[in-house]
Amino acid sequence: MFAGFSDRTWLWAAAGFYLAGLLLGTFSLLRGGKPSGAVMYAVVVAAYLLQLIGLGVRGRAVGGCPLGNNLEIYQFVAWSAITLYLVIGVTFRTSLLGYFTSCLAAALTLVSLAIPSWDPALRQHIFGGNPWIELHAALAVFSYGVFGLLALTSIMFLARNHSLKSKNLVGWVSFLPSIIDLDHIGVRLLGMGVTILATSLAVASSIWLRDTASANLFKITCTVAVWAAYASTFGLRLSGRLLARRFAWTCLVLFPVALLSLEVVNATRQPATPPSAINSPAKP
Amino acid sequence: MNSEGFFVIGASHHRAPLEVREKLSLTPDAAEALRTELAGVAGLHEFAMLSTCNRIEFYGVTSHPEARERISAAFCARQNFDRGAFESFRLSLHGRDAVQHLVEVASGLDSQMLGETEIFGQVKEAYAKAQERRSTGPVLNRLFQKGFQAAKHVRTHTAITEGQVSVANVAVDLALTIYGSLAEIRILLVGAGEIGEKTAKAFQSRGAAAITVASRRFERAMELATALGASAMPFEQTDARLAEFDVVVCATSAPSAVISQAAAAAAMRKRPVRPLFFIDQALPRDVDPLVATLDNVFLYNLDDLGKIAEENRAARVVELVKARAIAAEKAGALWQQVSAQVAALTSGGSADFAPHLAQPVQPRAD
Repeated sequence: MFAGFSDRTWLWAAAGFYLAGLLLGTFSLLRGGKPSGAVMYAVVVAAYLLQLIGLGVRGRAVGGCPLGNNLEIYQFVAWSAITLYLVIGVTFRTSLLGYFTSCLAAALTLVSLAIPSWDPALRQHIFGGNPWIELHAALAVFSYGVFGLLALTSIMFLARNHSLKSKNLVGWVSFLPSIIDLDHIGVRLLGMGVTILATSLAVASSIWLRDTASANLFKITCTVAVWAAYASTFGLRLSGRLLARRFAWTCLVLFPVALLSLEVVNATRQPATPPSAINSPAKP
Repeated sequence: MNSEGFFVIGASHHRAPLEVREKLSLTPDAAEALRTELAGVAGLHEFAMLSTCNRIEFYGVTSHPEARERISAAFCARQNFDRGAFESFRLSLHGRDAVQHLVEVASGLDSQMLGETEIFGQVKEAYAKAQERRSTGPVLNRLFQKGFQAAKHVRTHTAITEGQVSVANVAVDLALTIYGSLAEIRILLVGAGEIGEKTAKAFQSRGAAAITVASRRFERAMELATALGASAMPFEQTDARLAEFDVVVCATSAPSAVISQAAAAAAMRKRPVRPLFFIDQALPRDVDPLVATLDNVFLYNLDDLGKIAEENRAARVVELVKARAIAAEKAGALWQQVSAQVAALTSGGSADFAPHLAQPVQPRAD
């Protein structure tokens, strides 16, 4: 609890603000205008802070990084994407990215809160008190947030590319950043995501090498496969063999695949956890 | 309230055709001489003269209704233009209507190319010249200064200046949607005719620096390159060096395509990361339409550019009603502020020049 409200209440409030950003942006675009960057930024910052409080309360309740179930993972992915947007939005002044990020965050947070089975009352301690495993998990999920933002910039690139090719430049597409800017941001995000996930894997491998019995081969395979897919995409892009539209499509398709792998990994993990190590998070 | 005291007379593209405007156009020397002459018009307390390729207008404050006729007479005599013909297309407004006209002119609402912004600078220059000649006083100073603020308000609170309406500027906007900035892009101009030159100048005016001109007549390419501060290359090298450029503006009179799909594809193999933008302004077309099927390559021809310009023009026309309403509101408020001043200044009736007009004419700085 914080200020008398449970973690889920804070998270719902955050989701409400993300939804407000989505509706505000959609309304502006439907009226033929561009969503105000400052207003969008303010709404996203408010949502981000509320989500930070919600995740903080949950983290305190579970005694670690809140990554123990689907709700927490999806919330963390959304939070990671927003963290990056708050940096990129200021640095690159990327028009409409705030709106798109709000859409992604609203979808992830609302869906994760709306499915009760994603946040069971009884949950397991997944890190076993090992901060390195916690770091590995946090970095891995953060990289998924980066890939989420990459998927958004890919959608923006494809929309911009399509509008230029089809010579239909009116409407909301006219507010999108340039092709080159979107491509540059995409490459940087991909590089960042690959590096963060590689770091996460490196941290995990140091643990697995010392304690092979704790290694979940299926989970390792899934995570390494996701990393390899993104790393290959990065390599192909840098070598000039996967460019423009095909590069954007690849980044876009990889994200739901990566999210699906998270789901699979999460599902396989639960039965292996000792039932004794359970904790009950605060619920409204 | 003497609303006739402040007036504007003149002629513009609305009623005077091009061949007439050519005859009315003032050379800098003629404009200077006319200013000196107008300073001697009885009862003309303040005046400013706006002379552009599309309009000649005189804004003034007077206590003599005949002052306007005297200005017309002096102008027609200097231009050796028939007075009766001038009267047939002469614009003549006074009071609040004249103020609204000033705001509409400065905000581009009265321009031939609706919403263009160059006129704002031209009105400012006209006012600066009048100030320099000390032919403005309290009324015109206030009207012009507040008029500029009103014009800015109209432009920022409507979409009247949004979207380019000339083919050359549409091409530049498209390049910006691809590259974001023009500072680093390299432009190849194939063909050294007038259309290509206009497009190159539009790119330069928006920050493009690296322009290369290629023409079948190399001496013509050199000539244009020198005029533009660009470089020239032989036309025969176009295919081989295509990969060096980001934007290719084609405007030749060649009977068939000068850029083939194979040449564009070969260029893209050499520079796969950066997009390539072809602007085909030629008829018959200079760029094979199949070039547009290549990934990361964008091709726009004259029809495409014209269609976008027309859409932007239509969008501006939609904004015109809103912009005029704002201009009218601002003009009404402004006229309320100055009308008493105008009345006070012109109530003397027979008074001749205002003291500031009695100063000796300053020699031109240029």
